[in-house]
Amino acid sequence: MELLVASAIGILTAGGIYLMLRLRTFPVILGISLLTYAVNVFLFASGRLSIGAPPILRDGIEVYADPLPQALVLTAIVISFGMTAVVVMIALGAYLGSDDDHVDDAINKPSTGTGDAT
Amino acid sequence: MSLFLIVALPFFGALLPGLMNSAGRQACAGITFTVSLAAFIGLLTNLPAVLAGDLVTARVDWIPSLGMNFTLMLDGLGFFFALLILGIGLLIIAYARSYLSRDDNMGEFFTYLLLFQGAMVGIVLSDNILLLLVFWELTSLSSFLLIGYWKHLPEGRQGARMALTVTGMGGLAMIGGMLILGQIAGSYDLSVILQNRDLIQADPLYVPALLLILLGCFTKSAQFPFHFWLPHAMAAPTPVSAYLHSATMVKAGIFLMARMWPVLSGTPEWFVIVTTAGLITMVLGAIIALFKHDLKALLAFSTVSHLGLITMLLGTGTAFGAMAAMFHILNHATFKAALFMSAGIVDHEAHTRDIRRLGGLRHLMPITFIIATLAALSMAGIPLLNGFLSKEMMLEEATHTVLFGAPWLVPALATFGSLFSAAYCFRLIGHTFLGPVRDDYPAKPHDPGAGMWLPPAILVVLVVMIGVAPFLAEPFVKVVTASVLGDTAEVPKAYFKIWHGLVPALFMSVIAVVGGLLMLAIFNPALRLWETTPRPEAKTIFEALIAAIVALSQRFIHGLHNGAFTRYGAIMAVTVIVAGFYAWSTGTVGPASREMQPVTPVAFAGWVMLLAATIGMVFLHRNRLMSLILIGIAGLMVSVGFVYFSAPDLAMTQITVEVVTIILLLLALNFLPNQTPIESTAMRRTRDTAIALAGGLATMGMAWHFLVRDAITTPISEFHLANSYKGGGGTNVVNVILVDFRGFDTYGEIIVLGIAALLIYALTETLLSGPVRARLLNRKPDQPRAGDMHPTMMVVLTRVIMPVVLMVGFYIFLRGHNEPGGGFIAGLVVSIAVVMQYMASGFSWASARLRYPYHGVIGAGVLIAGLTGIGSWFVSKPFLTSDFTYVRIPPFEKFELATAALFDLGVFLAVVGAVMLSLESFSRLARRAHVPDTEHPMDIDPSRDDPPMTPAREGV
Repeated sequence: MELLVASAIGILTAGGIYLMLRLRTFPVILGISLLTYAVNVFLFASGRLSIGAPPILRDGIEVYADPLPQALVLTAIVISFGMTAVVVMIALGAYLGSDDDHVDDAINKPSTGTGDAT
Repeated sequence: MSLFLIVALPFFGALLPGLMNSAGRQACAGITFTVSLAAFIGLLTNLPAVLAGDLVTARVDWIPSLGMNFTLMLDGLGFFFALLILGIGLLIIAYARSYLSRDDNMGEFFTYLLLFQGAMVGIVLSDNILLLLVFWELTSLSSFLLIGYWKHLPEGRQGARMALTVTGMGGLAMIGGMLILGQIAGSYDLSVILQNRDLIQADPLYVPALLLILLGCFTKSAQFPFHFWLPHAMAAPTPVSAYLHSATMVKAGIFLMARMWPVLSGTPEWFVIVTTAGLITMVLGAIIALFKHDLKALLAFSTVSHLGLITMLLGTGTAFGAMAAMFHILNHATFKAALFMSAGIVDHEAHTRDIRRLGGLRHLMPITFIIATLAALSMAGIPLLNGFLSKEMMLEEATHTVLFGAPWLVPALATFGSLFSAAYCFRLIGHTFLGPVRDDYPAKPHDPGAGMWLPPAILVVLVVMIGVAPFLAEPFVKVVTASVLGDTAEVPKAYFKIWHGLVPALFMSVIAVVGGLLMLAIFNPALRLWETTPRPEAKTIFEALIAAIVALSQRFIHGLHNGAFTRYGAIMAVTVIVAGFYAWSTGTVGPASREMQPVTPVAFAGWVMLLAATIGMVFLHRNRLMSLILIGIAGLMVSVGFVYFSAPDLAMTQITVEVVTIILLLLALNFLPNQTPIESTAMRRTRDTAIALAGGLATMGMAWHFLVRDAITTPISEFHLANSYKGGGGTNVVNVILVDFRGFDTYGEIIVLGIAALLIYALTETLLSGPVRARLLNRKPDQPRAGDMHPTMMVVLTRVIMPVVLMVGFYIFLRGHNEPGGGFIAGLVVSIAVVMQYMASGFSWASARLRYPYHGVIGAGVLIAGLTGIGSWFVSKPFLTSDFTYVRIPPFEKFELATAALFDLGVFLAVVGAVMLSLESFSRLARRAHVPDTEHPMDIDPSRDDPPMTPAREGV
């Protein structure tokens, strides 16, 4: 079972990195989302895997899953929604403004002068 | 008055002039004056304690773990400088009231001035060197604003920038020096550092610390070779020049040298560096000043020269030198501020400051003539004026100073500098006020109103008073000197008097004054010689240097930061992998200690689906809708995994977030192209695949590694499990951690979420108000629209289940403390309920029924959570301490009431508001684009389309 989870994290990471390195905004956003899954599962797994032992206190039960990574990942999931939404908005704004959804600057021209406005 | 109040008054007062701007110029200047006067009087209330030799202190611990405390102290030295800053500040404010024209924004000016004043008072009263550094940087920033106050003048902007660059860099160096000093002494409190002279001077880091601190002092006090910024700062309005360059800003470096005198001085390094820099600055400044035609430039270079004089005196490291320095600071502040103000008056009335166009003003401006002449003669070192006394002491000190083994060097150079100093003072008087009246002044000069001449006149009264009766100033200067010296030396016994007998210093004085007169007599040939001599122009060098640095950093930055996001992504991924590999290969790994759990068919099926979805995404990502469906599968499998591995809260959060994320991406895809074209080369795809595989393998290896090993120490989770019910009153440990143990984190997180939503809203507003709007309005949908935009089935269904979903949300919220659920999940569930209405019945229908704006909901959430936290203050507990109790109302069972539930309500509201505001913003884009919007939820309504009954509502 541990191998399954570890490999799932690896696959999500690999897919995420590959898509993140694409040239258009949409696959990049999806890549970041995949990476988010990978990171969340990774953090969650740092509490080790336990089956059938949710951290809900019950009389007579002694073994529980580690609650701390769960709490951290819970907020991470919600925050990552906020982050995704902002990135999507920026991507959309850039596309609507320029009709171009490349993530790289088209022309790489260094700015001239010293920025001296006088 | 408390020292805190004295420092805080100018800062808080700085708000007032800006606010009073519309109340008129008089009110504006009046309130500034009142604020300064209050601080001034507050300072004076501490005078008896200071004269008695007591140390007045005030202390608040700020960040004790970093040694950074808000500690203030007032001794003789601090009092002296604070007196100059606030006292001359008052005169400057009165003067500026008359000086500034109607076109100048007075509120802005006085706001900057008070900020600057507060920062300066902060420097001289700080007892903690870190605090001192904060105020030090504040003076650099506020003086930048003051120097560049006339934004329309390029000289003003350039001068301000140059001053900020030079003093800011010096400030950075000084931070380094101060930190070293604090490390050596083991404390950042000045009072402790000042006790550790031997320890600090014996330390091998003494010289680096000294160099760095002196760099800060020399840049601030315009010592050679950093003197060039000061004359360019003269582009500021005259009140600023008079304030910054007579009594405050440039004296900050001097102040610090005096403050650090007990621990830093007395070593050969200190003596050579400080004395040499001071001597060169003094001579160079005096020579250049003589040949400047602009009154203010002349005064600027004379200030440079006098600062050099004071620096040299501090450099000698003797008690007499320190006393002479303190006395000269007092005298220089009085006569130089008066001179700057006089120059301002001449400029104001004659409309020029060019000495070559002036002359004969004595008949036209008699009052200004008297003021300027007395101040200038004092600066030249004429007896019965205060400048004579301290200059005499300086010359006396110079005869005892041996630099580089040559006993004649310092006295000779000091006399030479004084000679030029006397010469430019005589030139100032002779070429501006004496001589025949001319008829080609740009404006008809006459004496200004009392508002302008009274402030310098008050200073000149002091100049004469100290000059005639030096014993009046003597006790005060000795108290100041005592606090400069600390325990290192006794205050010299020497009396301040006009006649010391036929001592060498007197002869040097006579040579200087006579030589100065002769110099003026041969001024014209000397000027021609000066103008034909090639000399380096500091400004050109400075600008060339800046340009070179900019070019260098641009070459470096553009190599790395070329605008290609994919390049940054690749660099970052590779860096993380390499760094992780390095850490891995240099660390030690224990043996596997956990048994692997057997693979169940269900888990394997889920794994296969996740695998298929991810690989499918990689291969099919060019079809965007398809990849969206596939990522939905991946997210679903992650949620299922959370359930499987005992994390019900996470599963519920993940699946609800998944729903809103997919809706959001669908809304975005509505505008984006549906296909991603193939652009990258095969080579590049191979490279990316390699990076991706390396990253995947690395994370897999690491996850695998820790999954088969136990934690090396007991995780803190044990504490949470043990105390969740006892301390937090809840059995759902995850929720108790969120709302109780780590409530402060959660509070921060809902704020971040709210900010993200507001950012999206703001971006939408920007888009809709810019050129994008027209494009959206004209946009043709790239796919045929559905004929039935609001299907009746869906409308009916969503309305029927709305109450049910809300009830589920309510239930999840309430049970959250003890069972899986809570504010985050409930918020997401309720958001989905509302989003369903938007989707089914249309934007207009839904928003017409919206009673509360989402911004308000976010704000209410954050406010409720914050107030819950503050509530615990009223029972003297720290922020966010929770409490709970059990209540029993007869017909019901016993139930729990917890303040954490109130906090969770805040979380709930913030989540609802944030999610809804984001989605609503996106759909507003869609609404403006191409949807023929209608307020009616159902499209098929025969009565509406029947013309005789109701007019058509299409396109409304």
